[in-house]
Amino acid sequence: MSTNPPIPLRPTTKPLSDALSKEEERLERQTDEGAQELRPTTREVVLAGGGMWPQDDLGDTMIINMGPQHPSTHGVLRLMMELDGEDVLRIKPVIGYLHTGMEKTGEELTYVQGTTNVTRMDYASNFANELVYSMAVEKLVGVEVPERATWIRMMMCELSRMASHLLFQATNGMDIGAVSMMLYGWREREEVLRIFEYVTGLRMNCNYIRPGGVAVDLPDGWQQRILDVCDLVVKGVSEYDELLSQNPIWRERTVGLGIITTEECLALSITGPILRSTGFAWDLRKAQPNLAYDQVEFDTIYTSNGDVYDRYRIRLYEILESVRIVRQCVEKMPAGDYRVQDKKITPPPRARIDESMEALIHHFKLFTEGFKVPAGETYVSVESPRGEIGCYMVSDGSSKPVRMHIRGPSFYNLQAIDPMGTDSLVADAVAIVSSIDPIMGEVDR
Amino acid sequence: MGLDQVPHNFVTARLEDVVRWGRRNSVFPATFGLACCALEMMATGAAHYDMARFGMEVFRASPRQADLMIVAGRVSQKMAPVLRQVYDQMVEPKWVISMGVCASSGGMFNNYAIVQGVDQIVPVDVYVPGCPPGPETLMHGILTLHEQIRTGELLRRREASPTGGAGIEVGREPVGLTTS
Amino acid sequence: MADDTAREEDHEAEAAGDVAEPAPIPDDVAAAVVARFPGSVFVDSHGQAVVYVEREVIADVALMLRDEEQFTMLVDTVVVDHLVDGARPLVAGIAPERFEVVVNFLSHARNRRIRIICQVPESQPTAPSLTPTYPGANFAERESYDLFGIAFEGHPDMTRILMPDDWHGYPLRKDDAPARVPVTFKGDPSPR
Ligand code: SF4
Repeated sequence: MSTNPPIPLRPTTKPLSDALSKEEERLERQTDEGAQELRPTTREVVLAGGGMWPQDDLGDTMIINMGPQHPSTHGVLRLMMELDGEDVLRIKPVIGYLHTGMEKTGEELTYVQGTTNVTRMDYASNFANELVYSMAVEKLVGVEVPERATWIRMMMCELSRMASHLLFQATNGMDIGAVSMMLYGWREREEVLRIFEYVTGLRMNCNYIRPGGVAVDLPDGWQQRILDVCDLVVKGVSEYDELLSQNPIWRERTVGLGIITTEECLALSITGPILRSTGFAWDLRKAQPNLAYDQVEFDTIYTSNGDVYDRYRIRLYEILESVRIVRQCVEKMPAGDYRVQDKKITPPPRARIDESMEALIHHFKLFTEGFKVPAGETYVSVESPRGEIGCYMVSDGSSKPVRMHIRGPSFYNLQAIDPMGTDSLVADAVAIVSSIDPIMGEVDR
Repeated sequence: MGLDQVPHNFVTARLEDVVRWGRRNSVFPATFGLACCALEMMATGAAHYDMARFGMEVFRASPRQADLMIVAGRVSQKMAPVLRQVYDQMVEPKWVISMGVCASSGGMFNNYAIVQGVDQIVPVDVYVPGCPPGPETLMHGILTLHEQIRTGELLRRREASPTGGAGIEVGREPVGLTTS
Repeated sequence: MADDTAREEDHEAEAAGDVAEPAPIPDDVAAAVVARFPGSVFVDSHGQAVVYVEREVIADVALMLRDEEQFTMLVDTVVVDHLVDGARPLVAGIAPERFEVVVNFLSHARNRRIRIICQVPESQPTAPSLTPTYPGANFAERESYDLFGIAFEGHPDMTRILMPDDWHGYPLRKDDAPARVPVTFKGDPSPR
């Protein structure tokens, strides 16, 4: 992992007083090659020529709408941007175009069925959703998950963090204009998805982590396959690093852009890589470890500039940290049960159903009626690739939750668009949105 | 000039067949990714599965340049008018693939927020089942569509009606409100 | 976090209905909140500190948590509709209402969490907004308004966020929109 030299920040705004500073600014805006430069806005040209230009409050601005069907808004996000020429004065995200009513559906489904629903929220890293839901149910019921299940969960979550960040590398590259990243990112992500298919049977929306453990045990020979994929991913990441990290065009597009400070992040409830990019090393895996994160070695990646480039770098290196954790999981995976042997929660094994009437009835009842959960309420949170994902669950003692609420990190992270995007250029707005990495399924739920 | 003047290297065919052949081999999909299925649609376009084999790798961002809309994901009540507008902006001839159970019938989200089947808004040519349909399934759907284009009517036009499939007008009160 | 033995004692005390005689509260932040705001009740919910407060003071509680107790982040705002609960866990000393506004706070400096809950009656579904103290509550409160119809007073932009602007009703209320909608398939006898 290369350490990057400190990056000189590009000032976002600068008063234009005289011709000298103007020339200075022009030179500053030039790219390293000097091939392109940003033209001064119309307003600047007119004012420099001694012409008249209406005051801003005279309605000089334009409101432009971007989305909801737009290739670079990551799904169905819609942005209302107030522009002064090429400069963005305000950005307001308009969401809800993917509102799926999942919290209502979650109240209709039993605790057994619930993971099917939540896994479709953050579809880029579904294991985090299933995990947080299952942990909330387990907390209300008061069961302990066997050790092997915990480690399997942790390994799958880290694999899905890899998949999610690889997806980010692909789409972020495409949004900023490095279209070949799209192919490279998907190349590695596909390998990780094949692991999911191999272990869980599905490429996405796996519904693998369930209350009480995981759905099935790991298949034979999983160690070698997962280690092979780890090697592939590490190789891929070093390629991206080579391709982008020191690439002058990439740096020109991202360094010093979309800056956000720690204070703003905390005030706006922003978590995850965005918070860490501001120099605040907060990772729930370290701070409030669940699963077995306190038994593996990994580092929290953080940088201090809070710009688009830093968010890209953090996600890139987090892939490597995940690889580290997965390798340790492969090494240390304990033997034992992959789900609790609690008749109340766990369905009987498939083979027993063929032999025993009780097992059949039990299986049927569990999947039609579900199990009862003692009344109470709880909030559980874990670190998803996008930040803190939480589940607030209220039970009334029946087999369906009264309220199942998922705190989607992207939902809160979207609030960062305004402080980040203000005073940027329109063309940079795409880079900023992409660097937030919102998954609309989780924003709108 | 008679045919004997033409040197060599030519093929004769019926105009209809040539048009169909051309249409079939250069279907430009619009980028209309909505939810999870969009990721599988992107995976289909990426290197492993490579939609370029069917002449379909050019995802057009503007609906006016596209002639296939792959509705990849769940369509919410808020998105439905937008979807219809995008469909109306596409030029004839145009086709629609409904990808995934959500787009086809609402899937597991049988609730107030989701349109229970995109065929209530736009006419659908091919339904691709699955949640999400894997890239292979989507490619099978695409090949099915190609077969439809190859054998279908050349000058097919959809009836000009304000409604899509099942007689639900876009812009009217959403379905969720009218049920008891 | 807090001292475990003390929490159990407190739990037993509460189970005995002994709320008039305040047992020592194991969580010092919760203790401070209960001491400052009369009418507040501390509950230990699966090892998490929860304080039920009056609706009117919730903004002040948030201000106190931020300024005096280093609670740097508002993690989440949730509304719960208790219309049709089978067995609702009641808290002694708090009159239950139909809605509950639940706010989770996180302190990075002290690495701990606290949950503040207030009751909101059906007849007057409003609550003070926490956006002046924690701007991050913006979207969450709009979502609560959209889905439950709880209006947050003092919010800068109390509009619908997820549903279309012209939507009637508040879908996540238990007595609102049906959770199940009939599906029409292509080829139905219905007009096409
Ligand atoms: S069909 Fe499944 S994968 Fe596709 S959008 Fe619906 S829930 Fe997501």
